[in-house]
Amino acid sequence: MSTSTTEPSTAVDGSPPRRTPVRRRTTKLPYALLVPAVAILLLGMGYPVFWQIVTSMQEFGLAQQFGQPPEFVGLRNYAEIFSDERLWAVVARSIIFCFVNAFLTVAIGVLFALLMKAVGKAPRLVLQVALLLAWAMPMVAAVTVFRWLFDWRTGVVNWLLVQMGFERFEGHHWLAQPLSFFFVATVIIVWMSVPFVTLSVYAALTQVSGEVLEAASLDGADAWQTFWGIIVPMIRPVLSIVLLLQIIWDLRVFAQIRLLQDGGAPVSETNLLGTFIYELGVGRQDFASAAAVSIFVLLLTITISWPYVRSLLKEDAA
Amino acid sequence: MSATSAVTPVTRTTPAHVAPRPPAKRSSRTGRPRSASSYLLGALAIVAALVWAFPVYWMVSSSLLPSARLRATTPTFFPTDSSLRNYERVIEGSSFLSALRMSLMITSVTVVAVIVFAFLAALAISRFRFRGRKSFIIAVLFIQMLPAEGMFIAQYKMLSEFNLLNSVIGVSILYTAAVVPFTVWMLRGFVAGVPAELEEAGMVDGLSRTKAFLRITFPLLAPGLVASGVYAFLQAWNEFTVALIALPAEQAKTLPLWLRSFMNASANQGIDWGQVMAASTLIAVPVIIFFLFVQGRMTGGLVSGAVKG
Repeated sequence: MSTSTTEPSTAVDGSPPRRTPVRRRTTKLPYALLVPAVAILLLGMGYPVFWQIVTSMQEFGLAQQFGQPPEFVGLRNYAEIFSDERLWAVVARSIIFCFVNAFLTVAIGVLFALLMKAVGKAPRLVLQVALLLAWAMPMVAAVTVFRWLFDWRTGVVNWLLVQMGFERFEGHHWLAQPLSFFFVATVIIVWMSVPFVTLSVYAALTQVSGEVLEAASLDGADAWQTFWGIIVPMIRPVLSIVLLLQIIWDLRVFAQIRLLQDGGAPVSETNLLGTFIYELGVGRQDFASAAAVSIFVLLLTITISWPYVRSLLKEDAA
Repeated sequence: MSATSAVTPVTRTTPAHVAPRPPAKRSSRTGRPRSASSYLLGALAIVAALVWAFPVYWMVSSSLLPSARLRATTPTFFPTDSSLRNYERVIEGSSFLSALRMSLMITSVTVVAVIVFAFLAALAISRFRFRGRKSFIIAVLFIQMLPAEGMFIAQYKMLSEFNLLNSVIGVSILYTAAVVPFTVWMLRGFVAGVPAELEEAGMVDGLSRTKAFLRITFPLLAPGLVASGVYAFLQAWNEFTVALIALPAEQAKTLPLWLRSFMNASANQGIDWGQVMAASTLIAVPVIIFFLFVQGRMTGGLVSGAVKG
């Protein structure tokens, strides 16, 4: 509304091809437009993070739950939780799980993308639809289906393995031991994440020019050399972003692990960072430790995300 | 929260020069041996597709079978004697409808709030240069990456302090805050894609700035707003982690929470997989249809938005 005062000037100076009129105006309008978004972010994210920083530096035990004011203890909670072996076991497990999943996802995703590029239209469309189906599955439904597939009594996976001659999978309880528990979790996460990688990489592959590939094959390069020498360097930007996102996402798996733990897994041996925080905070009401580990996870995420954010910022500047 | 948010990186690398690529005429030119291997690759692609689609097929197929068939030692691969009994039981017997109502309410509040808030913010950062713009963008991009798992204990404490546990408003605040950053970023591309000159032309023709915006720019942004709405819908409909801490009461459960307790409730007597798969299908099918329907348009819109921006 207040901007209407500036409009006549457009007519007065009579120079229609002003490139970016909005840029020069210095009003409070942009700030007003940001108010709702900033308010909701402060409420939904800012306040919790602030609370967490404060709580992580307070003694917040049983006495405080009965109304005593919390006592400031500086970094003592951090010192305590980081000298706890259980935390490091969870951190190590999370990092290994994250890297195995991220690399497997990207490897399979790239293979599928190459396959999509190599085949004709019909098989490509079939594969694309199958991948979109998997991508669209709500996560809770997906985990539920995989619990059924891997059910120890009548699951189809055990049946198939027995049919193939692996008799020892008769009645095998996948979720009862940590190693096979994480195998099932990996299958679910890879299944859910591959479609995104494949479709992103496929989009990048369609940019690799046919002439370059033809020239390479004329020069006698085999498929392996062409892939590593030409295709990988050309799709490297997409590849690195996709890998980075997978690492970030796989570091914070919570729901899949939590839902699989319902199936009778030993909780303390299958906890990853997310479920560990949940157990500390909700299970044991140890808010100080939960807050300290949460801050650690947030800092870790911000550190790993930095290259991704920087690449997006470049896009904004362009 | 993550899977769909990923459309951005693709957009960066999809400039317009896709067309001059020579069509795939290799197989026809080079004759027999090549085409044999291309058949092999085609078969491989089909096998991969079958493996990837199998869990979805198995969900639907099991949901149509009586539990006696599902408890048999040999699985039934093609549900020839299918019925909708499992669906009837799920819808009648349990708290499905109340969970559906809860999900619908939370989802609609989130979708509306996200569209309005993100649109206004996107307008600010793509149409204006002001002090603090870059800090806002950096903040948004980082917040977008923050995992719910790193905050949910604090969010739980916050909601319980405000007396908002088990309420639609409480979860919707958290969902909106989680989804707004990415949608701001996505809409920024769309707004930047509509040249300010169009609006100016309208103003030269005598429209006020507000009218020029409403009549010219706004309609061109419709696809972007639809895409943001769909994204917010998918996130809110599927979300599990935040719902788990924010909606502890039995009668406040959303569909994902309901599915989990529906399955676990029967765990002791042996899960009735037919009903559980029917429940999963009920949650998944609307999303899948919606997703398949808008996916192409969504990426298309994103690509054009990013290219023009």
